[in-house]
Amino acid sequence: MQTLDFQKMANIERSASRKRTFYRWLLFITLGIFALYYLAPLYVMIITSLKSMEEIRQGNLMTLPGEIIFDSWKTAWSGRDYDAGNVFLRPFFWNSIKMVVPAVAISAFFGALNGYALTKWRFRGDNLVFLLFLFGCFIPYQAILLPMARTLGVLGISNSITGLVVVHSIYGLSFTTLFFRNYYVSIPDEMIKAARIDGAGFFKIFFKVLLPISAPIIVVTVIWQFTNIWNDFLFGSTFSFGEAAPIQVALNNMVLTSTSVKEYNVDMAAAFIGKYFIRGLTAGSVKG
Amino acid sequence: MFYWLQKNLPKIVISPSFAVILWFVYGFVLWTFYISLTKSKMLPRYEFWGIDQYFRLWSNPRWFNAVENLLIFTVLFVVICILIGILLSILLDQKIRAEGFLRTVYLYPMALSFIVTGTAWKWMLNPTMGIEKLVTDWGFTDFTFDWLVNRDMSIYTIVIAAVWQSSGFVMALFLAGLRSIDDEIVKAAKIDGASLYSIYITIILPMMRPVFMSSIVILLHISIKSYDLVIALTAGGPGISSDMPAVFMTQMAFHRSEIGLASASAVMMFLTVLAVVVPYLYSELRRQDANA
Repeated sequence: MQTLDFQKMANIERSASRKRTFYRWLLFITLGIFALYYLAPLYVMIITSLKSMEEIRQGNLMTLPGEIIFDSWKTAWSGRDYDAGNVFLRPFFWNSIKMVVPAVAISAFFGALNGYALTKWRFRGDNLVFLLFLFGCFIPYQAILLPMARTLGVLGISNSITGLVVVHSIYGLSFTTLFFRNYYVSIPDEMIKAARIDGAGFFKIFFKVLLPISAPIIVVTVIWQFTNIWNDFLFGSTFSFGEAAPIQVALNNMVLTSTSVKEYNVDMAAAFIGKYFIRGLTAGSVKG
Repeated sequence: MFYWLQKNLPKIVISPSFAVILWFVYGFVLWTFYISLTKSKMLPRYEFWGIDQYFRLWSNPRWFNAVENLLIFTVLFVVICILIGILLSILLDQKIRAEGFLRTVYLYPMALSFIVTGTAWKWMLNPTMGIEKLVTDWGFTDFTFDWLVNRDMSIYTIVIAAVWQSSGFVMALFLAGLRSIDDEIVKAAKIDGASLYSIYITIILPMMRPVFMSSIVILLHISIKSYDLVIALTAGGPGISSDMPAVFMTQMAFHRSEIGLASASAVMMFLTVLAVVVPYLYSELRRQDANA
């Protein structure tokens, strides 16, 4: 009697575990298929950029290159010496660097100051001020393009990297203020009070007490701003053209204006150079 | 004097930034709004004209086409992104060994610019050498996939690329939401004999309402502003078949010398975003106040 029961239970358990293994496999296969879906374009970009045009025409998207050639990377980065007037990315890559670094630094610094003033030195109407900052994150930039273009013209900095630095610094302020404000809200006011009793003033507390513990939010803000400004196309394409263009604009021009024969390998190499991939962003964005 | 300075220092520190925001965000939006009420063509003119630009806008077939495309795109983009996001986050939440790696894979497209995404997908969707050729090489010789150059289908290519780029982000939002749910609730339901499926449908997903809200608002916001991806993938074409309001606006403003009309379209976009964001911010702030 007892053995029978035992056997029955073992059977039930076995079928349950078989069912569990089946679901486990289904789970992994589904996750795997999605992983392939997200990775496929990356794979296609890389192998296409390493093929010759001859091979691209003969094979298909997935066929591996018979011979790995880096020519298209060279062409995308520094052009061909015999073809005058073709677009290549090197100068525009540096344009983007010259635009991103100051714009990120300026917007992050003022965002930190604003966040600090809004949370640790509350004043009447500070919530309204914050709300007005916050809404700046959401406006469609089409609503400010025309006046901005005119303003840059009046200031004499249209079609220049300086102009783009100004624009990105201004419209980054909303985001940086939001980030720092939300971070400083969670820092206990007692710290500030203690420093004030010790006689520290507004700036001293900011630089000596708050900034040293702001590393996590500085990293988040810098990554966010860097990615957004690097990836921007709307401002870049409206406020600059020709030599002052940032890399996204140059990349788009390059893909659009292949005059004679379309060179997909060069396009893909250029796209790869134009992408800015930050591991920290993806690794850090989900906790747990 | 010194005391006054000290007392008002926080306000003094914040005022340059605040002035910049007031001028360059709110001032500029008002300027655009005013220009939409004038006859401005190539240069802004400041004589008041009335709301005729809005009549011109809404009787413009190209604008209508752009709005229609935006609707198609938005519905598909939001629904598909959320479905994929929920599915992947629930699957990833089953204590998977390679979770960190998979998360990175699902999320990396988000760090790419829309121009890069558009360039990559333009090549993959190439009607003669892209996916079409791949599938015919596999033996399905009748297979055609020419959406990129097909007037009726070109808008869907933008959906494909946009979903590829943004769905991982929705996954991350939902995963963070799932992680914040108390395990005890799930355990209690399990003890009561509820299946995993019904636990998710009846208990967990309803608890994720705030995540649904923020995902929808973020996705709507992305779709209303979508410009780069359209330019890089189809440039609004073939013809104007994949045109969108943002593309329409820049076309009118910088290529057709229709500043007044462009401003009117920008104001329409602004109002749409306002209608989405303001209720959301309001409910968020109220929720925060209730928690505090």
